[in-house]
Amino acid sequence: MQAFDYFAPTSVDQAIAMLAQHKGRGVPLAGGTDLLPQLKNKLATPAALIDLKKLSSLRGISYDASSGLRIGAMTTHSDILANRDIAGHYPVLSQAAGTIGSVQVRNRGTVGGNLCHAVPSADMAPPLIALGATAVIQGSAGQRELLLEDFFTGPNQTVLKDDELLVALKVPPAAQRSAAIFLKHGVRKAMEIAIVCVASCVSFQDGVCAGARITLGAVAPTPLRARQAESLLSGKALTQDLAAQAGTAAAQEARPITDMRGSIEYRRAIVQALTSRTLMQAAALAR
Amino acid sequence: MKHNITLIVNEKSYTLEVDSQRTLLDVLRRDLSLTGTKEGCGMGDCGTCTVLLEGRPVNSCLTLAVEADGQHIQTIEGVAQNGVLHPIQQAFIDHGAIQCGFCTPGMVLSTKALLESNPHPTELEVRTAIAGNLCRCTGYDKIVKAIMSVNP
Repeated sequence: MQAFDYFAPTSVDQAIAMLAQHKGRGVPLAGGTDLLPQLKNKLATPAALIDLKKLSSLRGISYDASSGLRIGAMTTHSDILANRDIAGHYPVLSQAAGTIGSVQVRNRGTVGGNLCHAVPSADMAPPLIALGATAVIQGSAGQRELLLEDFFTGPNQTVLKDDELLVALKVPPAAQRSAAIFLKHGVRKAMEIAIVCVASCVSFQDGVCAGARITLGAVAPTPLRARQAESLLSGKALTQDLAAQAGTAAAQEARPITDMRGSIEYRRAIVQALTSRTLMQAAALAR
Repeated sequence: MKHNITLIVNEKSYTLEVDSQRTLLDVLRRDLSLTGTKEGCGMGDCGTCTVLLEGRPVNSCLTLAVEADGQHIQTIEGVAQNGVLHPIQQAFIDHGAIQCGFCTPGMVLSTKALLESNPHPTELEVRTAIAGNLCRCTGYDKIVKAIMSVNP
């Protein structure tokens, strides 16, 4: 690796001041499981790494039935897997965190790092977007919040300015009679980058679908809401036929590319299947 | 940029001067001559560089030495005590779970962390725990059997 400076600030304000001072040449270091390979491959050549691991306010999970869930950006995937509130109220997040890398990667890798690297296949993005999560961002100009689905602007690109940090994710309380499911398709079960991943969150009222959020991963430059598919569902009973139609609509909305992991046609077929499956499994769970 | 750091490796404290960009793996092998920790892919995929950082398995190739300042690290050299193999190491030998041996240090450390938090794992839990440790010799079956046989 080429030489860089390393700083480990002890407060968020200090970290932001360091980022501002480095004007884009300072890169935040979270778990390092994405960043270190980038440094080794010279895909990133920062002047300095600003290590966030001493910022204890950025790590941890809190839950309250009225306000929902808050996950600090420096919370590791292992922390998410071990959390009872998440397992009980937002199991779709455990499903996704459990598919990331290996134990070693999950012990270091963080939810904030997964989102901020903004690879189109980032596993935590679809379930968080399907749950309606908000990103809490802090910078020199203060704090702002935006929907996580508006956070990504392209492969490896987000709305974050040079002097801004993602500090937390907020997830609203789950609606009555709602459930969410995440499914990922890859060649292996571990150490796998998604060929396609899909998260669907569905809520029901009087036996019909009252709302749905379907989010696709690895099939567009950013995580993608399948809005056509979602609109097919509202006000209708969620049957196998309807789920299959929604899958077909989602496959049309997807904008995949052909690469070493799969072709455009293959990815569309998988989007169809996974969308339909996540919907049926979520419906079964919500009843 | 140089940093003065302290690493507590196998319960022994080392004070070192390291450059920012040096990995924990590199410092363990070159500066401390603890060559039991192996370098395979160098990208966090193969798990041969696994060490326990504050008791948890991590890829030392993806950890900067400076990030580990002040922390406890266990390497394969710290697993046997007073010349007596750890029950996990003995089980690997007894079950023929070692062939070339390159993955073994990482496998043993991942297993140690698993059994400390979950002394009686299911086969699925064992396979999940070692999913980040690649073995190209044994086909995993003997490794899984060895791990399942350990009674901590």
